[in-house]
Amino acid sequence: MADRGGMVQSRGLGIWLTHLGLIVGILFIFFPIWLAFVASTVSQQDIVRPPMPLLPGDKLVENYGRALSAGINAPVARMLFNSAVMAVGIAVGKIAISIISAFAIVYFRFPGRQIFFWLIFLTLMLPVEVRIVPTYEVAASFGMLNSYSGLIFPLIASATATFLFRQFFMTVPDELAEAARVDGARPMRFFFDILLPMSRTNIAALFVILFIYGWNQYLWPLLITTDPSMNTIVMGIKQMFPSGDDTADWPVIMATSILAMLPPVAVVVGMQTFFIRGLVDSEK
Amino acid sequence: MEKRVTFKGLWLPILLVLPQIVITAVFFFYPAGKAVWQSLFIPDPFGLSMQYVGLGNFEFLLSDPYYRASFVTTAVFSTLVTAVSMGVALYLAVLADRLIKGSGTYRTLLIWPYAVAPAVAGVLWLFMFNTRVGVVTWYLGQLGYDWNHVLNPREAMGLVVVASAWGRISYNFLFFLAGLQAIPRSVIEAAAIDGARFWTRFRTIVFPLLSPTTFFLLVVNIVYAFFETFGVIHTITSGGPQQATTILVYKVYSDGFIGQDLGSSAAQSVILLVLVSILTVIQFRYLERRVHY
Amino acid sequence: MATVTLENLKKSFGKTEIIHGVDIDIADGEFIVIVGPSGCGKSTLLRMVAGLETVSAGEVLIGGRPVNGVEPMDRDIAMVFQNYALYPHMSVFDNMAYGLKIGRVPKAEIRTRVEAAAEILQLGPYLQRKPRELSGGQRQRVAMGRAIVRKPAVFLFDEPLSNLDAKLRVQMRLEIKALQRKLGVTSLYVTHDQVEAMTLADRMIVMNEGTADQIGAPLEVYGNPATTFVAGFIGSPPMNFLDAAALENAPAGVSLGVRPESVRLVGTSEGRLEGTVAYAEPLGAETLIHLRTADGQALTIRQDGVLPVPAEGDRLGAVWDPSQEFRFGPDGRRLRQDR
Repeated sequence: MADRGGMVQSRGLGIWLTHLGLIVGILFIFFPIWLAFVASTVSQQDIVRPPMPLLPGDKLVENYGRALSAGINAPVARMLFNSAVMAVGIAVGKIAISIISAFAIVYFRFPGRQIFFWLIFLTLMLPVEVRIVPTYEVAASFGMLNSYSGLIFPLIASATATFLFRQFFMTVPDELAEAARVDGARPMRFFFDILLPMSRTNIAALFVILFIYGWNQYLWPLLITTDPSMNTIVMGIKQMFPSGDDTADWPVIMATSILAMLPPVAVVVGMQTFFIRGLVDSEK
Repeated sequence: MEKRVTFKGLWLPILLVLPQIVITAVFFFYPAGKAVWQSLFIPDPFGLSMQYVGLGNFEFLLSDPYYRASFVTTAVFSTLVTAVSMGVALYLAVLADRLIKGSGTYRTLLIWPYAVAPAVAGVLWLFMFNTRVGVVTWYLGQLGYDWNHVLNPREAMGLVVVASAWGRISYNFLFFLAGLQAIPRSVIEAAAIDGARFWTRFRTIVFPLLSPTTFFLLVVNIVYAFFETFGVIHTITSGGPQQATTILVYKVYSDGFIGQDLGSSAAQSVILLVLVSILTVIQFRYLERRVHY
Repeated sequence: MATVTLENLKKSFGKTEIIHGVDIDIADGEFIVIVGPSGCGKSTLLRMVAGLETVSAGEVLIGGRPVNGVEPMDRDIAMVFQNYALYPHMSVFDNMAYGLKIGRVPKAEIRTRVEAAAEILQLGPYLQRKPRELSGGQRQRVAMGRAIVRKPAVFLFDEPLSNLDAKLRVQMRLEIKALQRKLGVTSLYVTHDQVEAMTLADRMIVMNEGTADQIGAPLEVYGNPATTFVAGFIGSPPMNFLDAAALENAPAGVSLGVRPESVRLVGTSEGRLEGTVAYAEPLGAETLIHLRTADGQALTIRQDGVLPVPAEGDRLGAVWDPSQEFRFGPDGRRLRQDR
């Protein structure tokens, strides 16, 4: 196998040591996931009498079936659906409101434009955790507890995406908009015909990042959903642990954990190039 | 930076920014403002009225031994999470950078944990170290070590650190690998011709050239450890034992929602807000100047 | 087809006036080149005609109709941009058809027009390609095609050749000229390249810091420059400017201009002035000789390549026909009484 320039040449043994080092790292990283997967395929008896087996058992269909249809507080299928609505809602909602407002601040001059621009900068800095209590009160006063809008809207209230789209629009040559004007395109026509198609890769990259962000939310759904049928899967797992000294239903909990990570893993691995690009862009 | 071209119109652009303005005002600026406002009051025991106390909440917090302890906990926790996740990620990135073929495969495998929610990561690690059924606990027991993070504060801290760092390795790995691959080959070859061996090259050439990435990741990871690890703490230890893993964000939550002490919780939010602002300013100003490009 | 008239056209950004009033009547089918160094306001002038910049004072008329308040799309113009401004995600066909689609031209008609334009510009085989799959010259042609299909009354070109290499630039220059002759569309063309201006223009506007220093046919501008700026800008190598007082009885500040090709080298005693050869540049067809006088003035002489090249340090005289010299006042304006 060839060798990259990072460290010039290392031949023979060096290469194998490199691979060995990486494989050890990957085993370390995958061990918790593997163990969860094994636990989701064996019976409760196999687990509560340690040590549990390290190879999968034969209860996969049974455990996953039980989790999806019944779960513990609510069917996991329902929680998966809630998570999907929340993640897609956040991704689509934030992209939609951000791209149109970025279009407005880049391509128009209007009163308050500068103020708006500075407000965007302010929101870049503050995670939702910092303003959690008052935000909860606002959502509660709108009757948004246990609702999809309550799960979605407070989390799209920041302008990170607006900032990214603005950065991208600034790199679009002025002449393109001028050519469109000469061609007779009015602003919204230019937006839909030219700017939106040109932003495809940025939109895809941002979608991946925001989908993961939305799917993996924990604290906010924990506060805003009290009805188990509105729980998202990531926060629902913790709710599956019994209070007190009862033994947890580990196979179902672990099956739920695996189910909770499958959609985001599929998105990240499947859209890897967009994902990496999105990460790098969103942190610049 | 300004665009030369502007479309004409007044109502159209206002209409376009309106959805964002409304949502941000209602769910961002109003709550953030209210956090600042609430931090100046304490509610009476029945929650019927608020009493203005000025900076009283802050004075109380800063003299409160529990809050001070939480500060120390947060400092220890974020330092360890940052060091562990960046160390492992750099090690793996340096290895992957040595390969032309195959580094893509390793990268695909290594980005998995990024997609795993911190709360789910917490459950996975909790399962391994569970005092009754945990596999690792059992093997440690065989070796004569009695693992019990439910009672032992140090072990609890160790577990939340590892679980938090684990999920962050992917992210750091991707940035380190990109940083390494951006170093011009010719620079390293020149050093090799000058007779520098692997470790010397890494120490004197690669690591200094990587410093923008390193400093960037340093700040980002500290912010991560401050805020996004809430799920890990909540699932594994719920801040215990004896508040040994109660980091600042967790305390905002537990004082505000469990303790119902809104004034104190709001004051804590404001302190966090200041901390994030400082970190952001550091990121933009101080670090960038000292870093090699 | 249309006439274009600019009436005392002015442009200000804030309090700074950058175009100080330009007047011209452009005949139907005429090819006008606006030429000047960067920052002279030539692009701004063109963009005001296009409707991409607002007019601060004065009036633009296209086909006799005042268009100051009219949107670009309604001015019956087409524009070719310096960086081509092709829509990167659209095929060549769609790039050319976009304006027509917006104008709700029937599909069949669009197809006919685009294919006709592609035929003229030899773009037929590339209609389904994306701009990034084309060479610089082909992109340039697509930009032209986009202008042609709209059948506008006026073509506006904003330095359309400046992104091409030298060889392609010469070729495209000829193509643009031929195309404009063939279509007979009134054209305004902005460039900083005086050779392009000379070869393309029916008339040219020489811009200098927001003022039209001279408007006229290329050879008239060349042979009869109105200001030192025009005399220095048009022609390469530029006109020599000498201190008139050193050569003849003239008031201080008057300069005497003579083009390099008007000057002949002679023996020291026969010249109107004499100097030392600083260096000589043999270019093959011609040789440029740089002479320096005792009082520090410089003079460039362009002579035929077959003549012997003087050695550096040679002392020589220089003469020229008095009818070939121009006198300019201290303000840079031509002194008219000398002719």
